[in-house]
Amino acid sequence: MGEKTRKRLAAESERIAERVLALSSADQTEVDISISIDALTRFANNTIHQHVAEQIRTISVRVAIDGRTARVTTNKTDDESLRRAAASAIRLARHQPENPNLLPMPGKQKYQRVSRFFSATADTRAEDRARSIGRVCKTAEKRKQTAAGIFSSGQLQSMMVNSEGLFASYEQTRAEFSVTMLDRNSSGWAKANSPDIARIRPEELAETASQKAADSREPREIEPGHYTAILPPAAVLDLVGFLFYDFAGTAVFDKRSCFTDRIGKKVFGENITLWDDVYDPLQSGPTYDGEGLPRQKVLLVDRGVVRNLVYSRATAKKMKAKPTGHGFFLPNEYGEAPMNLVFSGGQESVEEMVRTTERGILVTRLWYIREVDPYQKILTGMTRDGTFLVENGRIAGGIRNFRFNQSVIEMLGNVQMLGPAVRAAGEESFEMVVPAMKVANFHFSEVTKF
Amino acid sequence: MMEDWAAAAIETAKRRGASYADVRVMDIRHRDLSVKNGEVGTLAESESLGIGIRVISSGAWGFAATDELTREGIQACAAESVAIAKASSLAKRENVVLAPEASYVDSWQNPFLKDPFRIPVERQMDLLLAADREMRRVQGVTLAEGSMSFRRIEQLFVSSTGSSIHQIKMQSGAGIVATSFAGSEIQKRSYPNSFGGQHTLQGYELVESLDLVGHAPRVAEESVALHSAAQCPEGHKTIILGSSQLGLQIHESIGHPIELDRVLGMEANFAGTSFLTTDKLRKLQYGSEIVNVVADARLEHGPGLGTFAYDDEGVPAQSTPIITSGLFTGYLSSRETARSIGEKRSGGTVRAESWNRLPMIRMTNISIHPGSWKYDDLLADTDDGILMETNRSWSIDDKRYHFQFSTEIGWEIKGGKIGRMIKNPSYSGITTEFWNRCDAICSRDHWTLWGTPNCGKGQPQQTMGTGHGAAPARFRNIRVGVAFSK
Repeated sequence: MGEKTRKRLAAESERIAERVLALSSADQTEVDISISIDALTRFANNTIHQHVAEQIRTISVRVAIDGRTARVTTNKTDDESLRRAAASAIRLARHQPENPNLLPMPGKQKYQRVSRFFSATADTRAEDRARSIGRVCKTAEKRKQTAAGIFSSGQLQSMMVNSEGLFASYEQTRAEFSVTMLDRNSSGWAKANSPDIARIRPEELAETASQKAADSREPREIEPGHYTAILPPAAVLDLVGFLFYDFAGTAVFDKRSCFTDRIGKKVFGENITLWDDVYDPLQSGPTYDGEGLPRQKVLLVDRGVVRNLVYSRATAKKMKAKPTGHGFFLPNEYGEAPMNLVFSGGQESVEEMVRTTERGILVTRLWYIREVDPYQKILTGMTRDGTFLVENGRIAGGIRNFRFNQSVIEMLGNVQMLGPAVRAAGEESFEMVVPAMKVANFHFSEVTKF
Repeated sequence: MMEDWAAAAIETAKRRGASYADVRVMDIRHRDLSVKNGEVGTLAESESLGIGIRVISSGAWGFAATDELTREGIQACAAESVAIAKASSLAKRENVVLAPEASYVDSWQNPFLKDPFRIPVERQMDLLLAADREMRRVQGVTLAEGSMSFRRIEQLFVSSTGSSIHQIKMQSGAGIVATSFAGSEIQKRSYPNSFGGQHTLQGYELVESLDLVGHAPRVAEESVALHSAAQCPEGHKTIILGSSQLGLQIHESIGHPIELDRVLGMEANFAGTSFLTTDKLRKLQYGSEIVNVVADARLEHGPGLGTFAYDDEGVPAQSTPIITSGLFTGYLSSRETARSIGEKRSGGTVRAESWNRLPMIRMTNISIHPGSWKYDDLLADTDDGILMETNRSWSIDDKRYHFQFSTEIGWEIKGGKIGRMIKNPSYSGITTEFWNRCDAICSRDHWTLWGTPNCGKGQPQQTMGTGHGAAPARFRNIRVGVAFSK
């Protein structure tokens, strides 16, 4: 999309927001407008089999009237639809009990600028993605492997205004490449995403996945049990991603967080320090929350001690804390969550983790992770797409995939080595800046048939 | 209006060189309400109107979607879908060919008694708040929650081969949850099911039939009682699964592996593949001889989330035998995948979440046929086992072989009688071994068509509602308790 279209869409959003404010008769009105333009090319069996593009605009209107609030969302932009959206929100709001905890909408805010819009990503064409995929598929064919995956590119423009003078806007581009290489009885996987498509290197990722598939051929079955696990950043991300709701003030208030009665206590190992920081150069996402408050950088865990939670305005008031700019769109029952986790990381490479392991399991990727126990934070799931036995400091070949049942709290207390924190992408959680980890005593409980 | 938009899209796609095109115009309306500890949680409505245009050009697929519903916007979208198809052909191995299908001109709406969007929000909210109050009366309940969700999905499907199919689906769902935190444990109970309760293709009459307020005290008491219940033992046991848990067991270990796009490798990067390779069709003993499973999208099967008149390729709803007396007999297919394995016709299972998503193979209503057992007789016939009810967690490998489930609550069965309550029940196994250990299924009187509203698949990911008819069933020699093993 060219600069002209980008400016036109932003101007249209501003006009729509102004119209909604003018058409609403509520005490207070908030409008969030987002425009997504995305395309995704999907391949499998060494050919493109799905290829899609979409443009969608959503206009979300929240009103506050007589101590009550409600939200109506539409993608229709004519005056009548905008008027109806505002009127419907007022009708919904009126048909509910008064909410004594509802706060007035915030006024004008100051935001830190970030630069996450890359023209090269926005201008990526279907043919560009198709040609790149064509090269990956040819590589797979040469190696008698089968490639499957996606290559996507797109952009998001969002804007929030309210009747109290708040105006926030954000734009970013996004690109992602994910590839699975299937061999006769093994597979490998690699994935990356970034606002800047220049940082995505499909052929390098395909090479990594291909090598993983080749190295894990003829997987053998070994006994499940407690092993030293070497988890690359994507696997760590998918596990620790299950903690993000637990850092919400609301979750602790509701006593459904694993940090209930654990704030200020040493819960993890000394080597675990964790921030929420939307401004980290490797992070992405809007710099304001669901009410338009600027997101703050928050130290969540300091050398194993749970130090802080994140708070929306209402939760902060209830818990006598300060809002941190992490609230969801109102009204909602979950309150808030940190969406931009950044680990402090370490210096060790995965190779060094392997070299120093007498007997352990090197994982590529985890899959279908679900919570078994919410307070001990026991998660279950499977390994996938390249699982290896490590013996005497060397990779000793591929093994059949394991099921694990592992407490994440215990896991983050058993971390022996950390790699540098990098922007990682998994499938079970949102992107975060996270290191590879070597973890002692990881519980692989059962084994599957491949 | 919808007809004009669709016609403009088809005309442009053909003019740009599409050899085939189909168009879905969808107008989707949602209402979501939730309460938590006596306060309103979510109160929101939304609507989304747009067009999705799918074409074959240069022997390859293209798809584009827009909500710019002007003539120019639709023409640009149709042109883009053709351009995408031509780009796709840069990395194609062979031309896309579809199984033949007749053209249909039809209109259909699922029957319902009470339009949930015409029921005052105040009345809906009052019901949730009343159930919430009942749960919080029970000492030890730390969190009471209730929710309702309603969907009205209107869509027009038009194809370049002459189909024009208008459908309206009304969907309702509701449920309550009581959570209790004490010591170092969080326990919860849901009614009538987890995942927001029960969801069907019905109107507000579904919500009224659930009696959320009447069930609230029991749900709350059980969530508290679980703290002092016995821990699920580890070992191999006879288990009886409640019907909603069996519904999810069917979803994960039968519904997903029979998706032909998975089997053919099309989902290998994300959702995974399947152990059910095509050589196993009509050869694999999937389950014991009493196991009979169908994929049935027809209204006569019931008001499931997988019920419709036509799928999103314009193929009429069908009933396909999936497991017949234990033998694996059928896949879920699309026009493209059916042809690729030599089937004469698509099974009619293709659906898209919304106008901006590509239609793909999705479960319809994947249901097990009821058996002949009365529930009380089944319990009386079980000497030593565990009854497990209401799903709490679910996980299965990417070929759908190894699974592990845990449920919210369990009860010991000793000498044919229900005994003490069991907390943290879990069981695991290998799909075909598990289904071959099924030795009893309860009768039609105990059979419920459950709705699973949150099935994820595809890239970009799509969420779809699926239906699963199930009755309580018994399985022998199943591994239990591994989820909490040390």
